[in-house]
Amino acid sequence: MARLNVNPTRMELRRLKTRLKTAERGHKLLKDKSDEMIRQFISFVKQNKALREEIEGELRDALKYFMLAGSIMGEENIEQTFAMPSLSFTVNTGLKNVMGVDVPKLEILSTEGALPYAITSVPSDMDNAVLKLNALAEKLLRLAEIEKTCNMLAREIEKNRRRVNALEYVMIPQLKETIKYIMMKLDENERSTIIRLMKVKTMLDNQNDR
Amino acid sequence: MTQGKVAVIGEKQIVTAFKAIGFDTFFADDPQVTTDILRKLVKENTYAVIFITEDVAKGMDETLAILKSRSYPIVVPLPSLEPNGYGMDCIKKDVEKAIGVDILFNKD
Repeated sequence: MARLNVNPTRMELRRLKTRLKTAERGHKLLKDKSDEMIRQFISFVKQNKALREEIEGELRDALKYFMLAGSIMGEENIEQTFAMPSLSFTVNTGLKNVMGVDVPKLEILSTEGALPYAITSVPSDMDNAVLKLNALAEKLLRLAEIEKTCNMLAREIEKNRRRVNALEYVMIPQLKETIKYIMMKLDENERSTIIRLMKVKTMLDNQNDR
Repeated sequence: MTQGKVAVIGEKQIVTAFKAIGFDTFFADDPQVTTDILRKLVKENTYAVIFITEDVAKGMDETLAILKSRSYPIVVPLPSLEPNGYGMDCIKKDVEKAIGVDILFNKD
């Protein structure tokens, strides 16, 4: 591991030691964050999977009814029936903070279970389909919310892991190595000063003796 | 809190059903057309959630990947009549990305 390009002085040593301390603390914090994010991610992803499975089944059911009704009514009639939808679906959008990630939060505004057409003009299968879909809408939005949360958490976990690794395998070893280098250098300097002093002293003693 | 609409993009037979419950619908049956529509909708910025049927979503990984990092709009593959597993694949990919190995689906 390459050491940093710094002058081997006491001041530099002090500076590096504080940097090492900060890096180690940051590393620990980020690691903890990563653990917690993964824990939450797993619970979200489990929900996501269950919800998607549930929706796949129910949606297929609803669409089947719709197709059935469609085959009775004919394509044009269907288009006419739904050409002017009487209700429009809106949601309130907000943000929720999950482990420092801003994930979307949805709130449904309009859910009347009303049928958007004259009840006599369409077969009852259509009623079934529309009511089923209406009931599904909330689940679909929850799925959207959770799936997005999973997406964003996954990204964040990946990013965080890179940070942890950079600290653990690059930054901290580098700092440690540099600190060691400076200490060795300083010790060496000290030893050479002592030796020099001893030499000078013997020289002076020899002179005095003479 | 701002308000947003919900859109569905996909094959005609499927999306018509969603019109009945008040979602805005757009017809498209291949990934290219869908990408164009999606781009337009994202630019418009009035939609909070955009569902895309699995069959067309399958061919547009790149576009979807770009949108994954933003909080809005939420773009979700919608299971259609015959689920082809694309939606599940997305979840699987997320797990692999976050944890490194797939721990949810390893049964099958």
